[in-house]
Parts: sequence; C-alpha cells; structure tokens
Amino acid sequence: MASDDVWILGINMTKFGKHTDKDTVDLASQAAMAALADGGVTMADMGVIAAGCLMGQGGIAQMIQKQIGQTGIPAYNVSNACATGATALRVAYMSIKSGECDFGLAVGVEKLSGVGLLSGGSRKDDGKTWNRAGRYGAVAATDGRIGTDTMPGVFAQVGMEYAHKYGGADFALFAGISEKNHAHSTLNPLAAYQKRFTLDEIMNDMMIAYPNTRAMCSANCDGGAAAVLVSDAKLKTLSLEQQRRAVKISASILTSDPYQEACQVLPDVNTLTRRAAEQAYAKAGIGPEDLDLVELHDCFATAELVHYDNLMLCEPGGAADFFKSGATWRDGSMPVNVSGGLESKGHPIAATGIANVWEVCHHLRNEAGDRQIQGAKVGLAHVIGLGSACGIHILEKSGL
Amino acid sequence: MSFALPRGCLILKTAPVPEQIPFVEYLQLAPTPHLVAHQCTSCGARFFDRRNACASCFGTSFEDASIATEGTVRSFTIVSFAAPGIPVPFVSAIIDCDGTSVRGNLTNVSADPEHVSLGMKVRLTTYTVGADEAGTEAVGFAFEPAA
Ligand SMILES: [Zn+2]
Repeated sequence: MASDDVWILGINMTKFGKHTDKDTVDLASQAAMAALADGGVTMADMGVIAAGCLMGQGGIAQMIQKQIGQTGIPAYNVSNACATGATALRVAYMSIKSGECDFGLAVGVEKLSGVGLLSGGSRKDDGKTWNRAGRYGAVAATDGRIGTDTMPGVFAQVGMEYAHKYGGADFALFAGISEKNHAHSTLNPLAAYQKRFTLDEIMNDMMIAYPNTRAMCSANCDGGAAAVLVSDAKLKTLSLEQQRRAVKISASILTSDPYQEACQVLPDVNTLTRRAAEQAYAKAGIGPEDLDLVELHDCFATAELVHYDNLMLCEPGGAADFFKSGATWRDGSMPVNVSGGLESKGHPIAATGIANVWEVCHHLRNEAGDRQIQGAKVGLAHVIGLGSACGIHILEKSGL
Repeated sequence: MSFALPRGCLILKTAPVPEQIPFVEYLQLAPTPHLVAHQCTSCGARFFDRRNACASCFGTSFEDASIATEGTVRSFTIVSFAAPGIPVPFVSAIIDCDGTSVRGNLTNVSADPEHVSLGMKVRLTTYTVGADEAGTEAVGFAFEPAA
C-alpha cells in the first residue's frame, strides 16, 4: 500500500567555485541532468519543474527546459531570497503531494563570483535638492546613516543580540564556529574553498562587520544544484537499487516571519526558524536528538550560533556552551555543516537550499566518502532568506 | 515672529540661518529632536514607516507616538565595509528605547569593541548630513553615550 510520502530519487550539486566558462543556464542544466541520471529517469518522466536564480533575469525554469528537454509541463520560477532553492524543492514536493504528478524536478543556480558586498539599499541622489523617497521618506540612502543594511552587519547584529541576551558568546567563540566549518571543508571536494584556518588567522583576517571577519562570511561563488522527487507509489514500481538509494522527505516546511516588536529594525531570523523546526519535528515524528547531522544556514559565523538554539539542538539560551562542548564538530554528538557550510563550501544563493539537502542525502546514502558521518539515518537541512523565509527539510534514509 | 523695522534703520547683515529638514520623516526636530512612530491604536505596535494595516493585529487605525530619546544598546556591529560615501568604520546598533526598538548609528564614541558594549546607555542626538544647492540642511539622528 503506497503512502503519500515524497522521496528524493536523484540529486546533484555542481562543484561550487568560479565557473568562468559556464553561465547560470549551463550550471543549472548540468546539475539537472546529473540529478536525472542519478535518479535513473529522464525529462520525459517529469511532471513539474520549479527553479530559481535569485540574481537572474527570470524565466530560469523555461531556460533550463530549452537546454535539456521541453515537454510542456508546468514550470514555476521561484524567488525567495536565500530560501529560493528550498522553495523550489517544496514546489515540486507539493505538486507530487497534491497528486498532480509522480515526478518533479527542482533546480537552483547562481553566479556570484566576484560580486562584492551584498547590501540592502543604495540610491542615486542628484545632489541638487533633497527629495523624499522610500518607505521612510528619506532624503538620501539610509544604509550606513541609520544603521546598516549590509548582510555581514545585519547578521553580526543577529549574533550580538543573542550574545547580549544569553551571554557566553564573544568574538573568539564566533570565530571558532568559522574555524570548525573551514576545517570540515577540507574533506569536501565540491567546496569552493578547502583550506583550514587557525583561530588566530580567522580573527586577524580582514574585518568586515565586527565580529564577522572575511573568513566568517559566506563565500560568494558560482554553483548549481538539482533534485528529482518522486511519489511513494511510483517509487515502489522502480528498481530495488533506486528504492534503496531514495531518501524520504519526512518534512518539508516553509515559514515566514510572524510579527515581532523589533522586526522592523533588525530582521528576526529566530522566530520563523524555531516555528519551522517545531513543525518539521512534529511532521517527521522525531526530535532534534534523533538527528545524525545538520546542515544549517551559516551565511555568517554569527548566524550559526543562533540557529543551534532555533533548531533546538541545544538548551534554550545554551548555544555558546553547546558549541564550546565540541558537539557540532564532525566527531561531536551533533555534527553541523560537515560540508564546510556556506563559509567555505560557498553560497550561490538559489542553489544553497538544494545543495544542503544534497549533502544530507549523500550521508544518508552512505556515499560521502572521506567525510561520511557513519551510520547516518536522519538529517536536517535549513536555510533562511532575509525578508524573511525559512525552509527546513528533514530527510530519512530508506529502510531497504 | 515678525516685526516692522523703523524706516531708515541700519540692517546688520548676518548669515542667514539655513533651513533644516529631517533626514527621515519619522525624525521630528522641534521642539527637541525625537523620533515619532505610527502606533496601532488597537495593539500598540509601532512602525516607523506607513502601513496599510497593523502587521501584528491588522487594525487600520494609527496615531503618532513619540519614542523615548534614551535607551540601551541591545546589539551592535562595527561596519568596516559600507556603501560608497559612508565613512568607515562606523557603529550600527539596535537600541531599546523604553520598549521600542530603534536602529541607528552610534556617534561620539570610538568605533572599536573596547569602547562600544552591549547594554551601554545611549541617547538620541542629531547631526547635519549635508546641504543641497538651495542651502537646505538635512539633519539626521544618531545615538551617543549617555554619561
Ligand atoms: Zn495592532
């Protein structure tokens, strides 16, 4: 008897880094075709495609179809900040869940190599007469004059807010998180950077927005990721090998931020993540203690700390002690970002929310080679896009 | 205020006082500089920009509320890389002004972690952002250490 479960049948990520010879359509198509091959299916099987390229011109889903197969299926172009990839995955998931189709393809891609600081606002002023514009009736750009819109600065404040609330976190601790992720990256051949740094090197690197130095910021790079999803009923008709390698999506959750007092001045990345985590654990019927590995959205070292708490990997308020215990290193009790995380694996924005699922699937399939977390059965992938959107997927190894 | 000058009276030429306008609409310069929010009359949620309905309770009635000019630093960062034209490093902070969170730069304090701390007491101050060709000065706000 088939259930209404949805499975990941095939999944792939390109090498993250600098791809001077490929554009976003090339990278997306490469990942998509590799995901189809990994699942042992073709475009002829797909009933839906959902794709995102945040910095692109739009229409990436149809551009991918033109590269790899135009079959007339519904194509969704999604844009949801850093949660774009997770949103694409969830669109394919929902299409299958609704009974509209048995197979779906989700793709995320971005080219960010050489892109500088990502900030929120800048505007041109003619300098002749003051003109009020924007939601605050400002006479010139507010970024830098009324606080910061730059991402390293915003997420620095997110971490410092946690430090203020609970104590125990300082510059060295945040840098320690970065030290861990860079160390993890040395085992990931697809990471943009695979270089281990000492704590001193990280703390003495170029300061971007205290306490985030350059090594503590996500790496702008190019990359694509894609996943093929299948219904439980259809999976049961496929080969034993396909069924054995399939990874169950035990929960696919997307939240936005509920109103909180301070959310107009500092994005609240906590409440929506906590809510998504609560919903995901309830849906999957597991607790955080059941997780064998977690890929969470360490867009900055300061962000990783708060998500230990938000994902309930530690006691409320206890994220600093939790990190100091060594729990989140790959040999700890709760390995976090064994891929190297966004700080070293890289963060091609729209690809990130599928690439983190790929990392978890890789371990659940026991195919992660040198960095394999032994015996991994359940994992969690988390992304957050400012605005805000939070995507969480809980993934489980096939019982076969 | 205006008054008629006696005919023939010598008028001393002094520099004209430049017209001043607030950098953002939610900054009020008179009688003393302070921030003003749109406060939901149903639930009290405060917004610095205009809203069609309250993001918290969906109420559609708002009134002006003056924000306390003193507060404590709840979070901060020291920004070393910023948009062109912004002097760095500068301190961006989230300030708890008697229950209302405000975002702003810290000023009159050295922009390093030895001089800025979580929980420090600050108060609102103003400064001239610049003048346009007509000589009109835009006045911005920031927060400075409160003794
Ligand atoms: Zn309200």
